[in-house]
Amino acid sequence: MSSLDKETVRRIAYLSRINVSEEGLSELAGDLTRILDFVEELQEVDVEGCDPLTSVADLTLPLRKDEVTDGNIQQKVLSNAPMTDAGCFVVPKVVE
Amino acid sequence: MTDLTNLTLAEARDGLAKGEYSSVELTEAHLKSMEAHRNLNAYITETPEKAIEMAKASDAKRAKGEAGKMEGLPIAVKDLFCTEGVQTTAASHILEGFKPEYESTVTRNLFDNGAVMLGKANLDEFAMGSSNTSSYYGNVINPWKDKSGKDLVPGGSSGGSAAAVAANMALAATGTDTGGSIRQPASYCGIVGLKPTYGRCSRWGIVAFASSLDQAGPMTKTVRDAAIMLGSMAGHDAKDSTSAPMAVPDFEAALTGDIRGMKIGIPKEYRVDGMPEEISKLWDDGVAMLRDAGAEVVDVSLPHTKYALGTYYIVAPAEASSNLARYDGLRYGQRVMDDGDSLDDMYMKSRAAGFGKEVQRRIMIGTYVLSAGYYDAYYNKALKVRRRIYEDFANAFGTVDTILAPTAPSAAFAIGENEGDPVKMYLNDVFTVPASLAGLPGLSLPTGLSSEGLPLGLQLIGKPFDEETVLRVGGVLEGAANFTAKPSGLEG
Repeated sequence: MSSLDKETVRRIAYLSRINVSEEGLSELAGDLTRILDFVEELQEVDVEGCDPLTSVADLTLPLRKDEVTDGNIQQKVLSNAPMTDAGCFVVPKVVE
Repeated sequence: MTDLTNLTLAEARDGLAKGEYSSVELTEAHLKSMEAHRNLNAYITETPEKAIEMAKASDAKRAKGEAGKMEGLPIAVKDLFCTEGVQTTAASHILEGFKPEYESTVTRNLFDNGAVMLGKANLDEFAMGSSNTSSYYGNVINPWKDKSGKDLVPGGSSGGSAAAVAANMALAATGTDTGGSIRQPASYCGIVGLKPTYGRCSRWGIVAFASSLDQAGPMTKTVRDAAIMLGSMAGHDAKDSTSAPMAVPDFEAALTGDIRGMKIGIPKEYRVDGMPEEISKLWDDGVAMLRDAGAEVVDVSLPHTKYALGTYYIVAPAEASSNLARYDGLRYGQRVMDDGDSLDDMYMKSRAAGFGKEVQRRIMIGTYVLSAGYYDAYYNKALKVRRRIYEDFANAFGTVDTILAPTAPSAAFAIGENEGDPVKMYLNDVFTVPASLAGLPGLSLPTGLSSEGLPLGLQLIGKPFDEETVLRVGGVLEGAANFTAKPSGLEG
């Protein structure tokens, strides 16, 4: 059920936004199939009536006041950006 | 004067308090040791100037009578903790040169308590690995050698932290544990490693891998040192919504040395087929030591143990694929872009160049199990099995105080072994992953040597927020095992 073909890997790579070469796709198909085969054994576990466990933290998420607690740190926010201009992050053109 | 790098954290603390040496002297001794053992590649970034500056400030603070719990004690910080103004890489190319503008809560707590930072310790890229061979900044070499003398892995992902402590290049180190990343390297390097209960230490400012599992903890030379350091790292933090709003106990006070009448659980499912004889014996010896100390040994069953690794290798990559989406070549980190590239081209090239092989594999597995059509079959199923594993522990802890098991299925292996097959590498985590999935505290400590003369660890797993019992039993086991062997690869 879980053997991945090259086209599926190409789609996953795109969803992950990672460039993968043609040879890379074949190698990954093998690796990912191995991992999926490995996790296949979960299918035999009876989970009837079992709720998914999303967090082990046995607490209600706390609420805080909706208020501004920091700001005026534009330089700090931008300090590690590969490219900035006029106090903004620079991205490739996205609108024609 | 004796070599100050041989001291434990507790000894150094007491020596500083008595004025036998200064923090500057203690720090300089460790900086020298770091230089002498650079071949181990335990640190990605050494911060000697910052260390001396912090040590001087600490000596001045002590002179005014304001010593904190970690006052003047030089430590290594896993390069997964954001440190203000100091490069933080997560061992990835994609974060090369990243200098956080803020301090993680755990390192802030340690520094507020007087700790001195020696540098940033190497690790597996984004903490994904069990051998510290996936770091962009090179492999870490275990200070221990087997009889053949070849280079061995220190374990992972906190391999640099473990090697640094084992080779006396730090009094102690911070680690993080997602599926065993504190306990397994501690076992491979012959030191103590404590993964606290999920929620005990704030995750704020730690580069995220799998947020429902990640937890910071101490890596130290002794159980007492782990108790001291955890007390300084832990505590509620409003900036991490899963941080537990609980008081931090005096962990050191838990080391009473008395475990009479305590019930120690032995999970029969951990006695897996093909378990090496020496691991089996190590475990039996540990059981005998605890029994001799007056504890009652009880068999327990954790029936879903065999599904823990499969569950982990769905849940952790799923969370990683989401967490690592932030590395987009825009706000920080590496950007790869050619003229005329679209935004998508830039994302795809930057991430292909910035992430290593194992990280790419895990992002893609995570993306796949979360994608439409597969979410229920893989991700949701894994979350349900995770509850079964959680319930197994809850049932066992209805009758026992703590659980004793081996930390890892083997001693440290050679660099290059277990590569080429991702699944084979994953099997190193077989005994550590279940407690991670259940969010429970786990303490690994060295209790014996393999036939090759390499350290082997046992782990104690505790009830949620009962690190005290784990430390108390660990202290007794440590005393009985009397593990005094030192790394064989450091001479010359």
